[in-house]
Amino acid sequence: MGLITVVLCGAMLLFGTADFPGWGDPQSPASSHVSPYYIEKSIPQTSVPNIVTAVLADYRGYDTMFETTVIFTAGIACFFLLRIQRKEPEIRYYRHIPTGITLRVEKGAKLPEDSKVFERIDTLYTPHDLIIKTTARLVIPFLLIFALYVITHGHYGPGGGFQGGVILGAAIILFAISYDLRSASRKLSERAAALLSAAGVFIYAGTGAFCLLLASNFLDYGALASILGVDPVTARSHGILIVEIGVGATVMAVMVWIYYNLSSRGKHDEGL
Amino acid sequence: MDDILFILISKYNYWGYIILMMVGLYAMIIKKNLVKKIIGMSIMQTAIIFFYVSIGVKKNATIPIITRGHNNAADIVRAADYINPLPHVLMLTAIVVAVATLGVALALAIKVYRHYDTLEEDEIHDFLKNQAK
Repeated sequence: MGLITVVLCGAMLLFGTADFPGWGDPQSPASSHVSPYYIEKSIPQTSVPNIVTAVLADYRGYDTMFETTVIFTAGIACFFLLRIQRKEPEIRYYRHIPTGITLRVEKGAKLPEDSKVFERIDTLYTPHDLIIKTTARLVIPFLLIFALYVITHGHYGPGGGFQGGVILGAAIILFAISYDLRSASRKLSERAAALLSAAGVFIYAGTGAFCLLLASNFLDYGALASILGVDPVTARSHGILIVEIGVGATVMAVMVWIYYNLSSRGKHDEGL
Repeated sequence: MDDILFILISKYNYWGYIILMMVGLYAMIIKKNLVKKIIGMSIMQTAIIFFYVSIGVKKNATIPIITRGHNNAADIVRAADYINPLPHVLMLTAIVVAVATLGVALALAIKVYRHYDTLEEDEIHDFLKNQAK
């Protein structure tokens, strides 16, 4: 039954392609209405050579703002679905790193959480691979620099807030996989991820509202010209950069936040 | 015969995306496992992304990044020289939103597993039926 539905649906779609424009047709409807305007005007109006970035953050600014909000909402949804706020267990396990001996700490006894010699573990502890740890430690700094390059270089080459934010998030997720979740959340805590994801949306919407305060339309970055001390066209370019940084912060924080919740099933213990 | 061959050659991009989309739809309809359904959903999203990117293609055009024409009036930017940036913009956001919704879908699957101890749809159905009795 399901197979028949799928085949029928596919056949109807294949039949529908008869009316579609051919491969690479420059006169196709998708390329003939608003897209030539974007291609020809993006340099004179925004001075951003990468048309995709100009359309993303300026011409279709509302769309991107709400896409960012969707991502933020997804992060919150994961948090509310999975997060378990549980009291610390009375018996904790610590591993003495040089010798590999496991230490059982009962209630009352205290051990510093950030000790260099001891590391907190769960009952189902598996040692992490030295090769993976070392490789990740070598790769992650370059990943972070590359992500920042992608965010800030979005005007002149392929890149922007979404792509750079995902690379930033992937770097931190790589750290969380190769070490464990506890050491990752010492670098970027859950609270920081939540605040950062909200801050990104706030930067985006705040830039728009700021333009409103300067007696212009919402998200019309040309109004920032008087503050930045440049002409309105360059001000649009700068406005796009500010907005892209907001997008990057949200995307990075939400990726990390979703990973924290999914990999530890909301418990935020050792993780995968 | 020539007509069919022409359609086959000039529109093979649509054939590819339709096949991929039907694979995703098949997984979403037929498979009983919730994670397999989620994978099907991802395949379907990928098919849509391919479709959008393929309609942005123009013959003899380059990527939509303008390399010249900054302050020179002689360098007029012609729309036919650059591929359509609009589908790329739409899919750029769609990819990241797809990842975020995938996260929510997996979170729901974890929640379902915690509650029913299974991800098989028919087992959940049986469980609910027995509970109603």
